[in-house]
Amino acid sequence: MPKEAIVRTIGLKKTYMLGKIPLPVLKGIDLEILKGEYISIMGPSGSGKTTLFNMIGGLDKPTEGKVYIDEVDVAQLDAYELAWLRCRKIGYIFQTFNLIPVMTALKNIMLPMIFAGLSTDEAMEKARQLLMTVGLGERIHHKPFELSGGQQQRVAIARALANDPAIILADEPTGNLDLRTGKEIIQLLKQMNREKKVSVITATHDLKMLDVSDRVIWVRDGLVERVEDRANLDIKVGEVEGEEGG
Amino acid sequence: MAKKIEKQLSLPFKNAFQMSLRSLKIRFGRSVIVTMSILLGIAFLMSVFSTNAFTRALIEKGPETIRVSLQYNQEELHTRSIWLVSLSLLVCVVGIVNAMLMSVTERSREIGTMKCLGALDRFVMELFLLESLAHGLLGSIVGSVIGVLIMSIVFLIQYGGALLSIFPAGALLRYSVISIILGTALAVIGALYPAYVSARMEPAEAMRREV
Repeated sequence: MPKEAIVRTIGLKKTYMLGKIPLPVLKGIDLEILKGEYISIMGPSGSGKTTLFNMIGGLDKPTEGKVYIDEVDVAQLDAYELAWLRCRKIGYIFQTFNLIPVMTALKNIMLPMIFAGLSTDEAMEKARQLLMTVGLGERIHHKPFELSGGQQQRVAIARALANDPAIILADEPTGNLDLRTGKEIIQLLKQMNREKKVSVITATHDLKMLDVSDRVIWVRDGLVERVEDRANLDIKVGEVEGEEGG
Repeated sequence: MAKKIEKQLSLPFKNAFQMSLRSLKIRFGRSVIVTMSILLGIAFLMSVFSTNAFTRALIEKGPETIRVSLQYNQEELHTRSIWLVSLSLLVCVVGIVNAMLMSVTERSREIGTMKCLGALDRFVMELFLLESLAHGLLGSIVGSVIGVLIMSIVFLIQYGGALLSIFPAGALLRYSVISIILGTALAVIGALYPAYVSARMEPAEAMRREV
């Protein structure tokens, strides 16, 4: 059986308006990401990585082109369906962690489950398990500011997994972390990818990510420059132009 | 070919209520400041109302000497109090809208995050309006009490015990109710627009917005 595409984009364009001057950020991106893949979208700052990330996640509307998630055209969804999609199908991880500052780690993880309609007890039980999975079992009642960056990102990963999504979208998940912590977070993402069969899509310029990716999509100036498989990557890791190794 | 996409459930009101209550409790310092701005506006409004009530009570039922001196000034007092009321209302509205605008803008990223996690626009709106309602209610109740208290003391010092026998409790109560309703309504109206704008934004946009 051929592998199904979980995310597909066709001729994706996004243009921001800077006053009256149009600024094209994405200039027509065609992508196909398969179920269970670990994908890195790589590219220098300003290449449109984050914009692409937002489009794939249904967090922003494309100017032109289509995004299909699990064969559903995102543009056709109404507000309720879009919220459902964000809640159940996709888990988001951000560079700045974006935990809700007034809530404890446990409450943060419970939030998407509460939105999904789980009872408080069910949500709490599952949140505990998830915190164990990401290795923070003893930190459940800490607020985000009482946790280190790496720990916050672990909470964010647990939160992203709360409703057993099909896709995890991570925007520069290691961007605010030191080398070692970044590695741990990447390992954790890979582990989740393997164990839970969730597709992981990261937008990043962290070369540590290359090791674990099934495919790397290089983006430059709003276009896909090239797509590389893992097999070809091993040779090339040493000679990436214009980038600095982490 | 299309896979099943369901509609997100609207959460029961209870959830929004619990969450906004918790947020109020945790952001206590912040809440106090917002509540204070409403409190001050309403206290000012209420002090003008109280002055009005006391003066009227004194004119109608007060001792002869006070009555004559007050009646002499009544015309002037009336126009002045209208001025004061309008001014205090203006101060009140600007203060409340400003406080609400700030608290919503400040939490733009949080709103974006919540929407990423599956919150409906309606839920975000509910959250902010409930918080604002709580601020407004508390601020205007305390504000009314303070306004009445201060003016009672001022009038008691000025006119002495004579005031006690003709204390216009009914009028003050009526004014208090008006002030509380007004203060609460203004707090909710002040939060309405910023909350609406934030709730309607695409999550990416809400998270990008810097304060």
